[in-house]
Amino acid sequence: MTARIAAAPVRKSIRVKANQAKAFTVFTASIGQWWPKSHHIGTAPMKTAYIEPFQGGRWYHVSEDGSEYDNGFVRVWQPPQRVVLTWRLNAQFQLDDDVDSEIDIRFVPDGDGTRVELEHRVTAIDAETIAAAVASPGGWPDILRIYADAAQGN
Amino acid sequence: MTYGRSLEALADPTRRKVFERLRHGRLPVSRIAKGLPVSRPAVSQHLKVLKEAGLVREERDGTRRIYEIDPKGLGQLRRWLDEFWNEALEAFRAEAEKEPKIGDAKK
Repeated sequence: MTARIAAAPVRKSIRVKANQAKAFTVFTASIGQWWPKSHHIGTAPMKTAYIEPFQGGRWYHVSEDGSEYDNGFVRVWQPPQRVVLTWRLNAQFQLDDDVDSEIDIRFVPDGDGTRVELEHRVTAIDAETIAAAVASPGGWPDILRIYADAAQGN
Repeated sequence: MTYGRSLEALADPTRRKVFERLRHGRLPVSRIAKGLPVSRPAVSQHLKVLKEAGLVREERDGTRRIYEIDPKGLGQLRRWLDEFWNEALEAFRAEAEKEPKIGDAKK
């Protein structure tokens, strides 16, 4: 009944002049220092962000007004090689349990630096939820099923 | 900014019909337009909007244009994430190369 749409993953790679341990630490412990402040959930401006350093930990933003917003949780915690975070983001950059995406980040030693490989998998979007959210005329679930069939056939 | 645009592109009933015609595979514009109550240039215009929304992709076969549903998924969302991560990772790199103390085991 419910169509699930899987989009092809977004892959990124960047080399940083920092060793593996440092790259991992800056990515996780210092996420509040570099996460773009323009991209966050919640209404108040973002102050900082945290990733709790263990499997099952939360990762969340703290707004200027002190309120906290959960982005998701730590699915894999393997310092200093890999961290996988879930991220429940939707079209409005808001919390949404029906949108399931995960960010898989690997830290690979590369000479005197580290190559950071990121894969963001939007694993499933509930088509009917999107249909309801967009509040368009009927027929959305069908359209999205067509889309899902096409996406999976390739 | 959002992948809502992919869905907005489909809010138009004619455009939805155009999109549905591609459900069984790739078609040239002439076949897509056949039987639709709008002109062929109008169909081309709808296809252009669908393409810009990342929903269909276009191939050229000589002078013909062939369209199919873009299997890469909701194009707008991917594009948005793509840009987001470019920005975020650059900021991360600047931070990683700036903080000499944190976790730095280098001599």
